[in-house]
Amino acid sequence: MTALVVTDLTKTYRNGRTALNHIDLSVDAGAFFGLLGPNGAGKSTLIGIVATLVTKSGGQVQVFGHDLDRDPWAVKSSLGLVPQEFNFNTFDTVEQIVLNQAGFYGIPRRIAHIRAEHYLQSLGLWERRKSISRTLSGGMKRRLLIARALMHEPRLLILDEPTAGVDIELRRSMWDFLRHINAQGTTIILTTHYLEEAESLCRDIAIIDEGRIIEHTNVKALLQRLSTQAYLLDVEHLPESLPQLPDFSLRRIDGATLEAEVPRGRPLTELFAVLAQNGISVTSMRNKSNRLEELFVRMLGNKERGKEKEKEENS
Amino acid sequence: MSDRFAAEGQRYPRSVRLRASWVALKTIAFKETNRYLRIWIQTLVPPAITMTLYFVIFGALIGERIGPMGGYSYMEYIAPGIIMLAIITNSYNNVVSSFFGAKFQRHIEELLVSPMPNLVILTGYVVGGVGRGLCVGAIVTVIALMFTSLPIHNWAITLSVVVLTATLFSIGGVINAIYAQKFDDIAIIPTFVLTPLTYLGGVFYSISLLPEFWQAVSLANPILYMVNAFRFGILGSADVNIVFSYVMMIAFIIGLGGFALYLLRRGTGLRS
Repeated sequence: MTALVVTDLTKTYRNGRTALNHIDLSVDAGAFFGLLGPNGAGKSTLIGIVATLVTKSGGQVQVFGHDLDRDPWAVKSSLGLVPQEFNFNTFDTVEQIVLNQAGFYGIPRRIAHIRAEHYLQSLGLWERRKSISRTLSGGMKRRLLIARALMHEPRLLILDEPTAGVDIELRRSMWDFLRHINAQGTTIILTTHYLEEAESLCRDIAIIDEGRIIEHTNVKALLQRLSTQAYLLDVEHLPESLPQLPDFSLRRIDGATLEAEVPRGRPLTELFAVLAQNGISVTSMRNKSNRLEELFVRMLGNKERGKEKEKEENS
Repeated sequence: MSDRFAAEGQRYPRSVRLRASWVALKTIAFKETNRYLRIWIQTLVPPAITMTLYFVIFGALIGERIGPMGGYSYMEYIAPGIIMLAIITNSYNNVVSSFFGAKFQRHIEELLVSPMPNLVILTGYVVGGVGRGLCVGAIVTVIALMFTSLPIHNWAITLSVVVLTATLFSIGGVINAIYAQKFDDIAIIPTFVLTPLTYLGGVFYSISLLPEFWQAVSLANPILYMVNAFRFGILGSADVNIVFSYVMMIAFIIGLGGFALYLLRRGTGLRS
């Protein structure tokens, strides 16, 4: 079953800018899906159309088999939106905001109170439920947006850069929470600038650039395309100048950490042996987790180079 | 969880939609009512002070020198008009400021992404506007009773005209807020359209005092009919035909209501 099907979706704004150019996309039910792309690529426009905040110029949107044009009621009931910017009433309390949201979706007050307690507890906001929302910290406001979006228990939750400006500790706890609700059956679509976040959370991703989907695949399959693997090594006695190794690329991160790029399929014992010969002993190692970022930069970089080449050829 | 949702491609039963819409309507109406009651110093006290000054200055001080109007003391004559003036401005201002505030802070998006029909959004805001109009109307009536007696010729006409007028101007407030892009825009209509039309709508005088030409011009002012219909409900006399006043108010409510729903459906000023 598919949670979201977007067919030939187009959006041209009144100023003539085309934000989405005949996009096709599908997201499976139960997926944790990442929508990536540089600023202005069309991510928020796509989300805005699905959430009915932006009117489409053409194409179709279906959420769990319900067509947006024919049955917006069913689409909206299935959908929860966590927007990029804070858009709650800054004069209302945390509790009023989530209770009102439930009411807008037709959830009776008695049930809304139970859910409000559950989600505010889960997101660490219960103690602040009587606080006026504008007095919350940035991280709390982000969590309030998530609690509000979950009050009608949507089947599809769309989060537009939910951890922007959130410190690492809080970001990790939000990841855990999102993994938990995804495991319970809620399909999640996430846009983020933190590619480490997408790599850590998402099973499938789409990369959007200049209003077109340039990649739509499984994260693992995408990472397979990297010809090298990157590792972070904690080392002792890192010399001032790094040894030049013909098959491995080394980069100093700090006085005790080294980043090593190893060709895919090459045994790591070779790397350790060469390092040992140069007097560097490795005490621990881990995978570099933002490999997706490298791939992302390469893909967009290739595209830019392709365009420049095309220009040169035309001129 | 899935049993709460309609099966793929299936529509939700009408009863489910109606029940949800009713809950949504109660939520907006409660939220809007709570808003103007919470900030009562800004919403309920100022009209009470302003209208008291009208009664003191125009009714008690100047009114005694003016003498009777339309067969009533000047204070008796202007009381219904002043009550109506308060109801019109407050029902309009309540909705225009609340709706535009929601647009400005972007929490209008909470309503737009929810499944509630546009009619529920419009009705919810109108309930808030009518509620504040009635509250202020009641306060000003109590103040009026300190200065003069209000015989109430016909309760049904008095109350129905109040509700219809407040409804009409609440819808007007929604339309103004939909088009408004900055705070200045929500002051333009009240300042340059509503206030002149209200003051020239027979609040302080009978149009029979005017030359024939200006009488005819005054009859093109819709507020004249509302003020006079209300005055008829209280005093039993009016410058205009009461049936025509009702027809006009209902026609305006249907026309403006339909236009507001059209704007909400198109997403004018709300969706990009």
